[in-house]
Amino acid sequence: MPESLSINGQLLFAGLAIGSVYALVALGFVMIFRATNVVNFAQGEFSMLGAYFLFTLWHGLKLDYFAAIVVALVIMVGVGLLFEISIYYPLRNRTFLPVIIATIGASIMMQNGALAVFGPSPEKVRPVVETVEGTGGITLAGVFFDYQYVIILLVTVLLVGLQYLFFEYTILGKKMQATSQDKDMARLLGIPVAYMIALTFIYSSLLGGLSGMLVAPIFFVTHKMGATLGLKAFAATICGGFGDVRGAILGGLALGVIESFGGAYISVIYKDGFSFLVLILFLLLRPQGIFGEKVAEKA
Amino acid sequence: MTSHDVNDRTTPIRTWFKPGYLALALGVVVVVLLPLLFTSRYTTNLLILGASWGIATLGLVVVLGYTGQISLAQAAFYGIGAYAVALGTTRWDVNWWLALILGLAGAAIAGAVLGTTTLKLGGHYLAMVTICFQIIYTLINTNWIAVTGGPDGISNIKRPPFVFPLNTAQRYAWFALATLCLVGGLVWWLRDTPLGRAMRAIRENELAAEALGVDTRRVKVIAFVLSAVIAAVGGAIYASGYLYISPDSFNFDHAVAFLAMVLVGGSESPLGAILGATLLTFLPEWLRDLKRIYLVIYGCAIILVIVFMPEGLWGYVRLAGRRFARKLALPSATRALQVGERGAAGEEILRVEQLAKHFGGLKAVDGVDFAVRRGEIHALIGPNGSGKTTIINLLSGLYVPTAGRITFLKRDIVGLRPSRIAHIGMARSFQNLRLFRELTVWENVLVGAQREESREAETQQHALAAIEFAGLSDKAQELCRNLPYGHQKLVELARALAGEPDLLLLDEPGAGLNQTEKHELVRLLKRLNEMGLTILIVEHDMSLVSSVASSATVLNFGKKIAEGTAAEVLRHPAVVEAYLGNREVALGV
Repeated sequence: MPESLSINGQLLFAGLAIGSVYALVALGFVMIFRATNVVNFAQGEFSMLGAYFLFTLWHGLKLDYFAAIVVALVIMVGVGLLFEISIYYPLRNRTFLPVIIATIGASIMMQNGALAVFGPSPEKVRPVVETVEGTGGITLAGVFFDYQYVIILLVTVLLVGLQYLFFEYTILGKKMQATSQDKDMARLLGIPVAYMIALTFIYSSLLGGLSGMLVAPIFFVTHKMGATLGLKAFAATICGGFGDVRGAILGGLALGVIESFGGAYISVIYKDGFSFLVLILFLLLRPQGIFGEKVAEKA
Repeated sequence: MTSHDVNDRTTPIRTWFKPGYLALALGVVVVVLLPLLFTSRYTTNLLILGASWGIATLGLVVVLGYTGQISLAQAAFYGIGAYAVALGTTRWDVNWWLALILGLAGAAIAGAVLGTTTLKLGGHYLAMVTICFQIIYTLINTNWIAVTGGPDGISNIKRPPFVFPLNTAQRYAWFALATLCLVGGLVWWLRDTPLGRAMRAIRENELAAEALGVDTRRVKVIAFVLSAVIAAVGGAIYASGYLYISPDSFNFDHAVAFLAMVLVGGSESPLGAILGATLLTFLPEWLRDLKRIYLVIYGCAIILVIVFMPEGLWGYVRLAGRRFARKLALPSATRALQVGERGAAGEEILRVEQLAKHFGGLKAVDGVDFAVRRGEIHALIGPNGSGKTTIINLLSGLYVPTAGRITFLKRDIVGLRPSRIAHIGMARSFQNLRLFRELTVWENVLVGAQREESREAETQQHALAAIEFAGLSDKAQELCRNLPYGHQKLVELARALAGEPDLLLLDEPGAGLNQTEKHELVRLLKRLNEMGLTILIVEHDMSLVSSVASSATVLNFGKKIAEGTAAEVLRHPAVVEAYLGNREVALGV
């Protein structure tokens, strides 16, 4: 049955591509969580903002597409820093509950701020590779490989690779790792902890922004796009094992594929529900995720 | 002393000024006045909306304010209540009240399911699960058109039959506000019941609550169920008030709005919650120009409140009210602490056989045997890392042993939950203080004293006796976090004693105390021992050990290296070596 094979191949490819966007956003979660033990419920909004900045610069200010991406990323640096200063820093010595709630507050603020500024109508952004007939791509073995999807996959692989090299082979990377493992010890060793944490937030914001720009041509750009992305990325992180980079990537890809197949074979309407069902199952049966270790509270 | 005085002692202890009494009076006035003052159709509808949101917010007081569990699914339960009444009165054609009961039952079941999934989880996971629950609810609500009517919603919902017909918006507003006051009163009353105390103990320190005998799993599920049922009441009020509902009123945004309301108002207080709900219901209406960005303001308000006023607006009201509050001293106890004479002295009450606990490759406890006899103070000593605290955690049920048997009062207690073991008669203190910091000394000790089967008056007598024994009577109404360290240690002791255990486990009770405080501790321990209490003590201060303990077990690297009377073991060569190192090796002989 070559036809069903190619349909399944198509579904798999689409799932992996969307999954790798989840993985990118999830990486942002993991970075912040490892550095600060804070779960940033506004992570998805970074993606939304990234997409809107790109849209404004490219469509509104008529900048060159690639120049617009660079400028938008620079703005994302500011967003990440502002977020760290206004949300994380005042609450750094409080328990997790106030911090979670504050990041939820920030998420509502950004979402509705975007709604107020850009309005409710969805906007469209061009794909990275623009062809005359619209979507470019190549067909291999009956499966159509959309360029945008291919690029998303490539960017994810590239970023994960760079991140690995950064943490393993640079002093700055080691310092950031040290900060995430033991802040007090890192401080005693002369590592500027506050600066490292600010860097982490900036990096997360960049990851989020970039993922938003990459999915912008596939989904429409709306003020709600970040909420869905963020929640699914968070679900991916939990399934993979919280705080684990491999887990975030694997979890993201798996959720993308599950959604893609679930939407095709079970129900399109409830497509968005699948990842959450999978998540609840995971939480009940294996709360530590695929790679996570069981943690017990010390008495 | 007159008989009147004696009677007074058995009445519950309260401060004479409770903002609640004032609020009750205010509530009645408000309920009567508001619908008379606001007579336009529009404002009356807002009153109804505010009341229904206020009720939903009160549910969050129970689950978030009291129990400390975050829930972002409150709009789902609110929706379940609303849809039950809507479907009941339009499609199934049943009585409104029956529809309400069905809705409450449905919400209770959904709440129990959500509560059960949270048992293994806390913190971030919990927030996430409740969000998932809310999103799945919204998906079903919008897409299962055959049942819910889909995005079009349901219209022509009926109003409840009541003593007077609720046919005008004004009459219905009275009904809604009265319901709000009723639910608010119930939530306020819940706070100081044994259940409410158990909830707040879980919020402050779940592990300690469990070890003191609070069945934390049950209490957490109950908190979720109560919160769900309360939200469903709010939903029902809303549906019959507006006569039309659609899924938009029950989505994630509303769950967030409820959270914002409870935080702005003050999550630990029902009045604060109502205040928050009122403010956030009317504020967007007053700031009509800002209507497009009112959710931005919501988000901003949440952040500002969290950063600058963690106790919400009600925190300020309470601060102002404190001036008028006078703390009453506790009455003296009518009975002494009863901790002994429940069996023959010298009988074995605890037997540990081949007990082992491995953490991965680390053998923290590796095949230890010992026994504790009734009426003795048994010391468990050894250098750092020898497995003492691990054994205390195994005995009290916080850890499950890798192998071995623990027999307590002739029962095998391996695998029992800590709260069960506490009920059987074992109490403990913690090496690092685990007090309920935001509760008063009195409340801390009450949590230690309360048992499911005992009456409140009895619980209070037990707690009074323990507080008097520890000499904390004049500190009883203080919040624990305001006490100095030495007193906090005493509160831990009193809290453990209040359950009147057969066996008391003390994990380094002397750590961090100065000499005077240590003498006081020795005096208390000796008195407890004279009263007949059996104690297993882990301690590093050998002079403290030798002055109270009658027998001792010595551990090193998870194994027993000596046992006997306290004086014997302290002279034992293996013990000396374990503590001080080998003299021959040290001298190079």
